[in-house]
Amino acid sequence: MTRTSDEGSPGVPGDARERSGDERLAELLAFLRRRVTGEYEVDEFGFDPELNDKVVLELLRPVYRHWFRVETSGLEHVPADSGALVVANHSGTLPVDALMMQVALHDEAHRPVRLLGADLVYQLPVLGHLARKTGHTLACPEDADRLLRGGELVGVFPEGFKGVGKPFSQRYRLQRFGRGGFAASAIRAGAPIIPCAIVGAEEIYPKIGDMPALARLLGLPYLPITPLFPWLGPLGLVPLPSKWLIEFGEPIRTDDYDPIDADDPMLVFNLTDQVRETIQGLLDTLRRRRGPAFP
Amino acid sequence: MTHTVLVTGVSRHIGARVASVLAADPGVGRVVGVDTVPPPSPARAGGSQAGRLEFVRVDLRSPDIAQVIAAADVDVVVHMSLIGGPSRSRSAVKEHNVIGTMHLLGACQRSTSVRRVVVRSTTAVYGSAPNDPAVFTEDGEPAEAPHSGYAKDAGDVEGYVRGFARRRPDVVTSTLRFANFMGPGVDSPLTRYFTRPVPPRVLGFDPRLQFVHEDDGVEALRRMALEDHPGTFNVAGDGVLLLSQCLRRAGRLSLPVPSPLFRLLGEVARTAGGVDFSPEQLKLMCHGRVVDCGRLTRELGWRPKFGTAAAFEDFLRSRGVSGGLTAAVADRLSDLASSRSAPPRDDL
Repeated sequence: MTRTSDEGSPGVPGDARERSGDERLAELLAFLRRRVTGEYEVDEFGFDPELNDKVVLELLRPVYRHWFRVETSGLEHVPADSGALVVANHSGTLPVDALMMQVALHDEAHRPVRLLGADLVYQLPVLGHLARKTGHTLACPEDADRLLRGGELVGVFPEGFKGVGKPFSQRYRLQRFGRGGFAASAIRAGAPIIPCAIVGAEEIYPKIGDMPALARLLGLPYLPITPLFPWLGPLGLVPLPSKWLIEFGEPIRTDDYDPIDADDPMLVFNLTDQVRETIQGLLDTLRRRRGPAFP
Repeated sequence: MTHTVLVTGVSRHIGARVASVLAADPGVGRVVGVDTVPPPSPARAGGSQAGRLEFVRVDLRSPDIAQVIAAADVDVVVHMSLIGGPSRSRSAVKEHNVIGTMHLLGACQRSTSVRRVVVRSTTAVYGSAPNDPAVFTEDGEPAEAPHSGYAKDAGDVEGYVRGFARRRPDVVTSTLRFANFMGPGVDSPLTRYFTRPVPPRVLGFDPRLQFVHEDDGVEALRRMALEDHPGTFNVAGDGVLLLSQCLRRAGRLSLPVPSPLFRLLGEVARTAGGVDFSPEQLKLMCHGRVVDCGRLTRELGWRPKFGTAAAFEDFLRSRGVSGGLTAAVADRLSDLASSRSAPPRDDL
């Protein structure tokens, strides 16, 4: 049925298609002009929405749709325009899950997500600045508070390197949630915490070994051995095409707390635990729903 | 009550402008401008308000300044003689900045007439590091405090100002941390950088920059000099420009060089006396710096008229620099595209 409706439109002949071609060309040229003359805006964090949408995400979208075939659920839990903190599990040896979460929230929830990243990222030349241009910043209380106060959708992976670099045998087992700084930030801003479970990233680079001496030498937190890396060289960097599911759970409200509760370690730890258990629960259900990683 | 204002650093551009703006203000009876060298053009410093603006040549590194303050019965001091210039040796600059400030504040502490002290500082005191928060507020602690050059001088100067404010709580002390000045009359390492034919930039880095227009800088200093606003305030235009954006807006092709080479180029340029590319400048060119001006806006009920982008545009316009070649190519392309698409439409 859909096909007939498609065929119905050529009643207005090639004209429409051709004009849209011209319009597209004009749009592209206008885009190029803006880029080469610098006539675009970035925010105080260095976020360049146009570059993010038109270039970076454009490169990620095929991977999102066709390689990992990402399916999302629970998008109704993501607020349309107010500040919120998305807290997700971290896995996959390389932080591909952060990129896919970014596509999911941008394209399906229509919110650019502002991720809080590790120091290491911001010390690297190209990567650090690309991260800023795509809306992300350093994981520090000042930046988290500022973004949440500004009504942004902030994303955080509290497990950090412990999560993303854990061995394959530990897959889908949440690691310690840092010091709960994210919970304190949410309390200070009164912003809801949206637990998020990502299933699929664990299988992209199954980490079956580690090269700690070499990692130390290179100043990296770990250097993985996977079934394909380093044996196949750069080819080993191609992620395995696992099936991905991303679910956003029911928001955990923090506006009942007083902002000064953020200084109460007991309360912060309890909230951190609550979020962690919620995500573990979501992960287990989602993993059962997905079934095998490579269907 | 009319004020007698002492302005230091009056022989340089912003100092001269502040002095003449104050001299033109009805609330000011007299402006005493001091500097180590006479103002370059008498018209600029004196001009029509010659009667109310007088220049006294004083080296701040000597105690003479106390006599000037006592003789003129100064009640407002605007201290703007902080310099980062490449023209003199580093130790002389440091002595000028730090020892000069100590003498000036010492004189103010003794004085019974001084009621208000305004000090020009810089956002460079926050340093520039990859593990800093993205936006600095006045209370923010930098991850790495600058330990050399102009930024360290400014940090030291601020330290003495805080000490002075503690010892003389009856004197209103305001410190303004300015972002990089930009505008038609500004001559700084950064403005010289943007007017170079092919400015180098550090490969793999695209810092966030913020500018304050000279008009806004003068206005902020004027308000601070004439009203009581104790505390430390960031002053910068709204918004942020990336270095790459600045270079594109200036229509400049830039040369990306790895950071060790950039440092080397900086050294070469410095010894050749061309531009000042100190280690702190290199850091700025890598990691950039952005400050929050909320406190200033709330305190003054005023915000800079020029945003960062507008200040930069005004600077480019005054130097006759525009989008140039790249914009022309882009326009030519869209012309071609529209002329190509025009005929079929005529047929229809």
